Amino acid sequence: MPDAAPSHVFQRRSTVVRRQEALLAWLFRGATYLVLLCGALLLGNIVWRGSQTVFIPRPPFVNVAFLTQAPESLYVFEYQGKKMELGDQAFRQFKAEHHLADIKAESYVYSAGGIFPNIVGTVLLVVGSMAIALFLGVSAAVYLNEYARQGRFITMIRLAILNLAGVPSIVFGLFGFGLFVIFLGWNVSLLAGWFTLAFMVLPVIITASEESLKAVPRGFREGSLALGATKWQTIYKNVLPYALPGILTSSILGIARVAGETAPIMFTAAYVVRDKLPWEGLARWTDFFFQGVMALPYHIYVVSSKIPQNEYTERVQYGAAFVFLLIVALIATTSILLRNKLRNRYKW
Amino acid sequence: MVILRRGPTLVIPSARLPAPMETNPPKTVASPAAPNPPAAAVADPIIDIQNLDFYYGQNRALDGITLQIQEKKVAALIGPSGCGKSTLLRCLNRMNDLIDGTRIGRGTVRIHRVDIHQPDVDVIELRRRVGMVFQKSNPFPKSIYENITYGLRIAGIRNRSQLDEVVERSLRGAALWDEVKDRLHDSGIGLSGGQQQRLCIARAIAVEPEIILMDEPCSALDPLATAKVEELIHELKQKYTIVIVTHNMQQAARVSDHTAFFYLGRLIEYDETRTIFMNPSNPQTEAYVSGRFG
Repeated sequence: MPDAAPSHVFQRRSTVVRRQEALLAWLFRGATYLVLLCGALLLGNIVWRGSQTVFIPRPPFVNVAFLTQAPESLYVFEYQGKKMELGDQAFRQFKAEHHLADIKAESYVYSAGGIFPNIVGTVLLVVGSMAIALFLGVSAAVYLNEYARQGRFITMIRLAILNLAGVPSIVFGLFGFGLFVIFLGWNVSLLAGWFTLAFMVLPVIITASEESLKAVPRGFREGSLALGATKWQTIYKNVLPYALPGILTSSILGIARVAGETAPIMFTAAYVVRDKLPWEGLARWTDFFFQGVMALPYHIYVVSSKIPQNEYTERVQYGAAFVFLLIVALIATTSILLRNKLRNRYKW
Repeated sequence: MVILRRGPTLVIPSARLPAPMETNPPKTVASPAAPNPPAAAVADPIIDIQNLDFYYGQNRALDGITLQIQEKKVAALIGPSGCGKSTLLRCLNRMNDLIDGTRIGRGTVRIHRVDIHQPDVDVIELRRRVGMVFQKSNPFPKSIYENITYGLRIAGIRNRSQLDEVVERSLRGAALWDEVKDRLHDSGIGLSGGQQQRLCIARAIAVEPEIILMDEPCSALDPLATAKVEELIHELKQKYTIVIVTHNMQQAARVSDHTAFFYLGRLIEYDETRTIFMNPSNPQTEAYVSGRFG
């Protein structure tokens, strides 16, 4: 009897309302847990299957070869009734030792060896592009927040920066290909990849840096200027240090994005395969910047979609994905620790 | 010679310094036609403001201010909120330059006879000589030691013993030394409100300015901390010229030698503090100081 007169002013409402409340609460809870579930499944799958490649059940427990060797083709063949699986080099050695010039073997590309050049390439790409993006991004944010006279023009610039953040990464890839690779003639190179990736994360870094600068109290600037500091002294000594933790937070997100994006580097910096490591066989030191590299996300793309799939390719697919996640987590953790250290130093 | 330019010639010739005032300057009678009564005339004031108009965009915040401030005296600027007293204070070290869209309409501010709004004035040197203490105490999130030495370090002084000496002298000057001498390397943020404000005063006097501008320095402090700062102002005027903006009329009466009453961007009356509070010549001043409005 929902319409019965309440016996006192705080009488509970009708059960219909209460059921509605409970239902809504469960709806929101369910939406949240669904996201959690997806994340857990994804991560669990990669960690579980990837760790079977990366870890081994005997000392030293880590598959050192996978982390330190270049990708190789895998050869599968029968020898004296036994099924053999050997990487390219080992297979050739085996053939030479046992005089088996015309043995029949099935070959699977990239399924043996490791992913060392890819790790190196990705780390190089992340470090270089983040250095460029942080330098340009923080400079631009300092200009916008500290120097520029706020007006319609500056508002338009801010709007343009925000819009740039929404541009798909493949468009940045094409832009980098057109400008750096073709027009500037840098070819497929580290340098072209650095700038392309840097431009991709610049909007995020500029916007977040500006927010961090805004969060520094005005009193710190005025106090410094009133003591006879120049504008640059004030910014350098009494604004930027306090904004740095916030800037680092934004760069953590930037790192994950730079490391992970495949589209911007596939035309500008990444090779499917390259025999030499970036520091090997350089005629001049400047050649370092003008060479393409192998990179983890592109490698994952290649081994997952560009070669025939079978039980042998799965090993490297999951292994590479797992190592890739570990590297991103490692770089992000370092940044977080650095940020926390700075944050504790400058508290207000 | 323009004194405020950057360069080796920063010493002010002693001939420029006004002699200590033995007698009170003769009070000029306000002419009824003039919007502002002429302020107490001084032979050679350290700060000489003439007919100053100041604008925030189209808004006139100061209207024909004429005011002279004597060396090593405390001048209090009082008046209701929005009357322009803080704006005037910030004209004296050109802190208003930081706000977009502000400008001087007409008139001049002279410090040591130099028009400080001329383009050849080095604003950095001006601000070093005209220190400021803000309404909201703003110690930097650095150690007490680094707070005090900030002004010296940016001026390029690195000598450790010299810095140590300045830290002790400034903290003693701000009556804070005994309270913090054992924790000079702790953060300035960890001090109490009153200590923070005295730290800001110590930081201001560390660069040895001639004038200290105080913008409602006690408005966020409790009565005990206020009393300490006021006591400090009495000490400081031995060495410095002080211009203080305050909402607290008792405070103006306690600490200042001269008081200027502002209303709606105009200087209504400027005289000896005793005269302003006991025997003001303008009825508006009288109404304000007796608490009938504002």
